[in-house]
Amino acid sequence: MAGVGGGNDFQWCFSQVKGAIDEDVAEADIISTVEFNYSGDLLATGDKGGRVVIFQREQESKNRPHSRGEYNVYSTFQSHEPEFDYLKSLEIEEKINKIRWLPQQNAAHSLLSTNDKTIKLWKISQRDKRAEGYNLKDEDGRLRDPFRITSLRVPVLLPMDRMVEASPRRIFANAHTYHINSISVNSDHETYLSADDLRVNLWHLEITDRSFNIVDIKPANMEELTEVITAAECHPHQCNVFVYSSSKGTIRLCDMRAAALCDRQSKFFEEPEDPSSRSFFSEIISSISDVKFSHSGRYMMTRDYLSVKVWDLNMENRPVETYQVHEYLRSKLCSLYENDCIFDKFECCWNGSDSAIMTGSYNNFFRMFDRNTRRDITLEASRENSKPRAILKARKVSTGGKRKKDEISVDSLDFNKKILHTAWHPKENVIAVAATNNLYIFQDKIN
Amino acid sequence: MFPKGTKRKFSDSREEPVAGGEDVNQSNLAAVRMLSSYSLQRQSLLDMSLIKLQLCHMLVEPNLCRSVLIANTVRQIQEEMTQDGTWQIMTQALSAANAAAQGSADRLVATEVLCRQTEAAQGEQVPKPFPVVGSEGCPAEEVAAAEVGMTMSTVSPQAPTSYLPGTFGMDPCWEEETGEDDDDEEDSEECGSGSEGEERERDSLVEDTRTAEQVFGTFEIKNPAPSPDPALEELFSDVDASYYDLDTVLTGMQSVPKMGPYDLLESLSSHGPSPLSSSTSCRSDLNELDHIMEIIVGS
Repeated sequence: MAGVGGGNDFQWCFSQVKGAIDEDVAEADIISTVEFNYSGDLLATGDKGGRVVIFQREQESKNRPHSRGEYNVYSTFQSHEPEFDYLKSLEIEEKINKIRWLPQQNAAHSLLSTNDKTIKLWKISQRDKRAEGYNLKDEDGRLRDPFRITSLRVPVLLPMDRMVEASPRRIFANAHTYHINSISVNSDHETYLSADDLRVNLWHLEITDRSFNIVDIKPANMEELTEVITAAECHPHQCNVFVYSSSKGTIRLCDMRAAALCDRQSKFFEEPEDPSSRSFFSEIISSISDVKFSHSGRYMMTRDYLSVKVWDLNMENRPVETYQVHEYLRSKLCSLYENDCIFDKFECCWNGSDSAIMTGSYNNFFRMFDRNTRRDITLEASRENSKPRAILKARKVSTGGKRKKDEISVDSLDFNKKILHTAWHPKENVIAVAATNNLYIFQDKIN
Repeated sequence: MFPKGTKRKFSDSREEPVAGGEDVNQSNLAAVRMLSSYSLQRQSLLDMSLIKLQLCHMLVEPNLCRSVLIANTVRQIQEEMTQDGTWQIMTQALSAANAAAQGSADRLVATEVLCRQTEAAQGEQVPKPFPVVGSEGCPAEEVAAAEVGMTMSTVSPQAPTSYLPGTFGMDPCWEEETGEDDDDEEDSEECGSGSEGEERERDSLVEDTRTAEQVFGTFEIKNPAPSPDPALEELFSDVDASYYDLDTVLTGMQSVPKMGPYDLLESLSSHGPSPLSSSTSCRSDLNELDHIMEIIVGS
């Protein structure tokens, strides 16, 4: 069956899976964010235990031209530690909420990682050469007696085992009273924004003791609070533009040139509610869990509980495209409210050319939509389909009474197996899908 | 608005079997309206939402987005219930239950406050919501009690100002942490002061004495500072207990769902029926009514 994201013969294959196989999943190992860097050679994951694991793609082997390079562990480090807020007697979770790569400016790589309260800039550098033949010191580092030096020599660089080192270069702390849900690097490569439930702050990457508050939706009387910020992102090209989404299903686009405090939006995106489908859960399922600009900067995509919507930035009153992710859950909203699944925050992502979008669902299913052909496909991230280069079979959830063979009924779905985080390689058809504590990498089948 | 028989019926149902038949007809109307299937399911949803707000995550600050969404749901239900009058019934049932159960003057004062609240709420465009304030940060005792549902009333008087929800019709209390982006050590503010519609003055007083406003479940609740204003404290303690009594009423009613309210609610959630029409359809069948009455009694 033809897949999505490329030509007609496109099919997705299993490539790799990372993580433990045990049924018993340690909470700390649950992956909480996945992000490719700008070139796609590095893939970073953050987990609930505050660790960051970076995978690097191996060079494509000339021996096996039909398979792309594999991703192997490049660096692992503890980004955040659990903290205790003594004033409030509350723990601050070390869970990594978001990772965002910075554009590479030298041999080292940099990324921002954040938990609920603190953002850190990490520099990941590698050494695979060392110098030998110093004049003033021995091979083991001891200083040589200057009187014993009789000749000068030029140190030579010799290869060594690659050593990757991650060091925290900046710590941006104490700027958020509420839980940080988003960070986004600006196109100027100098600033970035961070958003919590009620505020958005603008930082300079070099300055840690100060940030500008650019959005503040906290009401004077907290009792009047009915709406929170759920996600925010900088425009990919216009460094003065950013958007933030809300729990009421609205998106506000702001221009930082207009005012220092961007409380008044430049554009307000909201789709009018369909009165025939109104219920007590309407607001909850309209809450936007993720917002992403397209690479072109002309569109943005939002994810709410049941659907993904593509918006044209020039049209505020409705999205240009709407894709149903798992409409069969609409009749189950009460149960999903009861078990809290209705509050799950699914992310979404674009492919490199903005022709396809991907988002996750339950039962380790994830969905891809081709914007051009309007075709969609449901795939599953499971160990059963994990033979190398095995083609992924399309999955289907049966909604009616009769369940066809190979279909799965809605009541059999495992709501504990949720795919919240997915990432698409910026240039190629390679995707990373986080299924609880496992990271699956799929790629297109090279014909 | 409703005959006295209604009140008696609710309070009696807790202690004795159904009383004389002359009250049945008059209580039928109230009972029917309360117990039409849509109302039951709505009630279940309301109860579920309140419990969600109360369940504390002991160690970690609760998710504000989730709390806001649940609170808005509760508010929405309350608005609808106010519009079709069931809110009034519940308030009066509550006050009756209070009066019957405790019979203390304090409780009557509290319920009077409650009734006043709801009347005021009905007059307003946006009725004051249910005590939507979650005691999500409440101490362990209260957490355990919340899940039990019944014993919280014993806990709250001991830490009256520590319990957030307070009265009916209080606005949700969202805790604000002081000393925001900048500096300051935060005072260990305690929550427990919501704002009541009628007591704006006290609100400002409260807010003056405690610089922070409240939010869902926070450290303030866990470590309450003693209230500087004894009158306020007393008011809130009454209100707290009343709230819990309501909670017991609700949980009592929630024991009903042998009919599978969630299933029905799910189907209804996509259709959004008008509550009044469904209640009128139930009015006709007396047998069904008797069945319903048995359920109230708590067979």
